[in-house]
Amino acid sequence: MSSGASASALQRLVEQLKLEAGVERIKVSQAAAELQQYCVQNACKDALLVGIPAGSNPFREPRSCALL
Amino acid sequence: MATDGLHENETLASLKSEAESLKGKLEEERAKLHDVELHQVAERVEALGQFVMKTRRTLKGHGNKVLCMDWCKDKRRIVSSSQDGKVIVWDSFTTNKEHAVTMPCTWVMACAYAPSGCAIACGGLDNKCSVYPLTFDKNENMAAKKKSVAMHTNYLSACSFTNSDMQILTASGDGTCALWDVESGQLLQSFHGHGADVLCLDLAPSETGNTFVSGGCDKKAMVWDMRSGQCVQAFETHESDINSVRYYPSGDAFASGSDDATCRLYDLRADREVAIYSKESIIFGASSVDFSLSGRLLFAGYNDYTINVWDVLKGARVSILFGHENRVSTLRVSPDGTAFCSGSWDHTLRVWA
Repeated sequence: MSSGASASALQRLVEQLKLEAGVERIKVSQAAAELQQYCVQNACKDALLVGIPAGSNPFREPRSCALL
Repeated sequence: MATDGLHENETLASLKSEAESLKGKLEEERAKLHDVELHQVAERVEALGQFVMKTRRTLKGHGNKVLCMDWCKDKRRIVSSSQDGKVIVWDSFTTNKEHAVTMPCTWVMACAYAPSGCAIACGGLDNKCSVYPLTFDKNENMAAKKKSVAMHTNYLSACSFTNSDMQILTASGDGTCALWDVESGQLLQSFHGHGADVLCLDLAPSETGNTFVSGGCDKKAMVWDMRSGQCVQAFETHESDINSVRYYPSGDAFASGSDDATCRLYDLRADREVAIYSKESIIFGASSVDFSLSGRLLFAGYNDYTINVWDVLKGARVSILFGHENRVSTLRVSPDGTAFCSGSWDHTLRVWA
């Protein structure tokens, strides 16, 4: 690579790093709390998490005809 | 000129030191906000119970390694692609094959279902991404209606339609990602920044706007603004190739799976890695990751033939699923979260629920 190409690549890197430095950040405690809140709020809809009645999951054959 | 050479070297040296100092500052800024670990915040959340997840369907028909798969929005159809050049559309309820096309190349590493369910996109060693309309006319030759959309200078590793059938996002071994207009084949935007092959990409959930994340052989995960082509955030904590990236359902974070045998969670608003999913006993690379609907579970397929299920919040593994007889290469949760599908080098796909 010629030194000319290196310089422009480095210039781009410096510009990119300046851009990334300018990102607004929040504390991990707040971010984590919000991730957790999303999980908890949507848990009941998550079939793989809570399981749904056998009859309503098209991939699980119903085990019996009895209605609970 | 001797003086020009000296000036150039000074410029290079000063740019290098500026870059190093900026990197250092970035790490410092990120570290300042690292006041707690995710699993500590999650201590108060109820632990997960035992999981009963089994293979409910096995899709057999590929003649060689399954490399990629995607769900149709109808939560039932699946498209898969293989090393032998075949792309198959399945009805996962009945396991019937509805469409099949043979690509002119082997190693079809990427495939995707169009949002309308009326077309699929695929590509691989042909360096292209092609779109095939799906028709139920038995006399129609699927290959005849093929439309070449994307052209890269190296293999296609991943592709995804955006919110409509009209645009496709691609990732390539040539180190770039690109956004294409399907109808005209025109390049709308290209994304440069990875220092090596890009292996995966995922679009942010539509509510969160026009961004996507990509992962590559340079060990970096990069978040891009689709309109400007700019990389807005980059994360370099993995120790090897990133094979898979997937957004957390809220769009505020994304997970990655890597050849370094770990999966990691990066929060976009905290701008840092917030969790690592690993165990000493897991030494093979993670090839593919996806979240359950609520984001609480992370399913990850590995090169040791297993699928590990992780508690995203607490960081612990909650289940290990056996069944595939070779590497798991691809894994996606269905659109309504009732099941997930895995594809493997053992030539089969399995639907788990």
